[in-house]
Amino acid sequence: MMSADFTSNFWNLYVIVLVVFGVGLCLFVLMTNNKRHSGPVEVQPHVWDETLAEYNNPLPRWWLYLFWATVIFSIVYLAIYPGLGSFQGFLNWSSVGQYEAEIGKAKQKYDPIYAKFRGQSIEALARNAEARAMGGRLFATYCAQCHGADAKGAPGFPNLTDNDWLWGGAPETIVQTITDGRVGVMTPFDGVLSAADVTDVANYVRALSNLPNASDAAQRGAMVFAANCVVCHGPDGRGQPLLGAPNLTDNVWLVSSSQAQIEKNVREGRNNRMPGFGDFLGEDKVKLLAAYVWGLSNK
Amino acid sequence: MQSQATYDYKVVRLFAIMTVVWGIVGMLVGVLCAAQLVWPELNLSNVGEFFHFGRLRPLHTNAVIFAFGGCALFATSYYVVQRTCHTRLFAPGLAMFTFWMWQLIILSAAITLPLGYTTGKEYAELVWPIDIAIAVTWVSYAVVFFGTIATRKVDHIYVANWFFGAFIIAVALLHIVNSAEVPVSFSSLQSYPVYAGAQDAMVQWWYGHNAVGFFLTAGFLGMMYYFVPKQAERPVYSYRLSVVHFWALIFTYMWAGPHHLHYTALPDWAQSVGMLFSLILLAPSWGGMINGIMTLSGAWHKLRTDPILKFLIVALSFYGMSTFEGPMMSVKTVNALSHYTDWTVGHVHSGALGWVAMISIGAIYYLLPRMVGKTEMYSTSLITVHFWISTIGIVLYIASMWIAGVMQGLMWRATDADGTLTYSFIEAVKATYPFWTIRLLGGTLFLVGMIIMFYNMVRTLSGQKAYNAPVLPVAAHA
Ligand code: HEC
Ligand code: HEC
Repeated sequence: MMSADFTSNFWNLYVIVLVVFGVGLCLFVLMTNNKRHSGPVEVQPHVWDETLAEYNNPLPRWWLYLFWATVIFSIVYLAIYPGLGSFQGFLNWSSVGQYEAEIGKAKQKYDPIYAKFRGQSIEALARNAEARAMGGRLFATYCAQCHGADAKGAPGFPNLTDNDWLWGGAPETIVQTITDGRVGVMTPFDGVLSAADVTDVANYVRALSNLPNASDAAQRGAMVFAANCVVCHGPDGRGQPLLGAPNLTDNVWLVSSSQAQIEKNVREGRNNRMPGFGDFLGEDKVKLLAAYVWGLSNK
Repeated sequence: MQSQATYDYKVVRLFAIMTVVWGIVGMLVGVLCAAQLVWPELNLSNVGEFFHFGRLRPLHTNAVIFAFGGCALFATSYYVVQRTCHTRLFAPGLAMFTFWMWQLIILSAAITLPLGYTTGKEYAELVWPIDIAIAVTWVSYAVVFFGTIATRKVDHIYVANWFFGAFIIAVALLHIVNSAEVPVSFSSLQSYPVYAGAQDAMVQWWYGHNAVGFFLTAGFLGMMYYFVPKQAERPVYSYRLSVVHFWALIFTYMWAGPHHLHYTALPDWAQSVGMLFSLILLAPSWGGMINGIMTLSGAWHKLRTDPILKFLIVALSFYGMSTFEGPMMSVKTVNALSHYTDWTVGHVHSGALGWVAMISIGAIYYLLPRMVGKTEMYSTSLITVHFWISTIGIVLYIASMWIAGVMQGLMWRATDADGTLTYSFIEAVKATYPFWTIRLLGGTLFLVGMIIMFYNMVRTLSGQKAYNAPVLPVAAHA
């Protein structure tokens, strides 16, 4: 079988020749030095730098045997495993094959454990202690690196425990979020708005959450907001789950509420990605995860 | 030959002094990195991103490998090649050029890396203008070294020079092939690598592992073959063994790189070949260790009183240990546990501190007094103190990293009855804290040893006149 690793048979042969040559050279070195040397050990007839000389002791036997052992092991290994170009080896082993076999075994072993929750609703699973524990372990494995071990989020990664949602907190919405992933996109306003407009609208955004702000700037900012931001964040700034546009009035922030960060969001826009897990984890696990996440906000 | 002719010690002297200086700087950055893992606040985020772990780690590796190790190799090879060829350096002006260029390269690395300019290739992070400077310097180094060999006054080339020669040729090849890159523009420090995907990874680790094999092994074996027999005042154990292990070593090292990419997108055949040649490397590596340690036969008692010999012989023991550990870690099943853990970090340091640093320290202690016409350092007991402090430091370092690594590997792969991971990643991080603290202690001890060496060096050299020994006549053939 010609493996896709090689663009032409030339490279296949090239690898075979080089590997055989490499092992062969070691064999050659071993065979030409395998004789036992007896008699007195000579000192070589050269002296460098006044005192540097060399004995010519024979190669230690145990060392030679060690060398032989590794070379013979390699020859056997090359016969049964891939190594000589596209020759698969007599075991016909491949890393892809091993991966698939192991995944297959794991599926057989674990799928039934998850399948038994199939008929149940997300709400019911959130109250089922076993399902919650399994969901929690899945969360620790696949989600904690971004959302935190306690699911309380990190800068840029939303808190999943506060019942405040970018995309909506209904059970089926959460399932969809986890299955397909989400991309929160806010267009950058650098070049669209002047620096003063950016400062003003950021003051207005802070005013929406009752944070300290310069009130005249905020007043001017209201107009900027109405002209540029309401399409996504809504006329009252309460957000729009269909677009993942956050509510700007609730004092819950993705990164920070500072004037500087808000200005940065406006200037540079945002592009925030939640990866989809549907293909990777399958429906049953996604459901347990959704139940776990939903349960965090709906105790 | 004129009797007044002397060897060129100036460049040796400068490189020897800078070995100690860069050793302290590089290890200090290493200690800082180790401390950052224990106290993340030390990333100094309020100052900016310049002192983040991700910026300092490559600074540490470049400083210890290329600044400390590199200066030690330049110093010893320039010394050894003259003395064993019984002639002055070929083109001493060019040798001085390599000194100043090398310092300039180190300084520019120390500026660009914290600023975030990097190619992102491990041990080859430096940006393209520095890469070009390295290539020019290295070719000049080769001209000086091989020029000296060509003008030698003895027939036979001493074994140390085979290893230095192989190191110089291989590093030139590795550096030029792996650093092949296309600058974004002439006013930009950024560049595109010419390789892509799995091929880029393969070229990178072909380079990376041979940097270990030729920079950190062959070069230092050259050092070993001169300073061990000199300090022990005994002939090298076996000429035959040096021939066999030399050829086997330089030939098989070239293939070992793929063991850094087990269980990745690298084709299966390449992973197998990488593993097998790494295993085969065990015996050739041990050949060097045997030849060095057995050179001491008949002179074992010297180990009791001579701390320089202690450094050299303990270095060989660590060399033997890490060249056993390395082949084992290349075995795919072992690698599945050890890869990406602190075990790898421990392995590297048993080679880097135990072998490379200790053999260099021993050699530099031998060289420094001879640079001013003496044979003894200012204080031999300070060398003994240095030896014990650094040995304890290494043991703490590698033992803690072994435990941490095996623990991490086991925690990462542990699964529950439902197939989920028993431990989240952060739990393994938390469990590692005590070992990172011990490692920090070990590293600090090693650094303290270097500072003691610096003091001893200053006391040895200060007030002394620079000395150049007369070129020795070739011994009459027996
Ligand atoms: C690579 C980082 C990352 C991982 C891993 C990740 N998420 Fe997310 N997640 C995000 C980001 C970023 C967002 C916000 C997307 C946005 O801004 O619209 C998000 C959003 C969400 C939301 C929507 C929150 C809302 O307010 O509407 C849910 C639910 C969610 N993640 C659950 C999970 C679950 C369950 C997992 C594990 C299977 C997971 N996430 C893994 C980065 C991640
Ligand atoms: C194209 C739709 C869209 C427009 C137009 C838009 N935004 Fe956004 N905005 C978003 C989305 C989506 C997010 C969430 C980004 C994320 O998930 O990281 C967001 C996030 C923000 C945030 C961060 C909220 C937090 O919780 O940290 C602020 C502040 C903000 N927008 C302000 C504005 C302002 C002011 C304007 C008008 C100048 C504006 N947005 C225009 C879609 C939009």
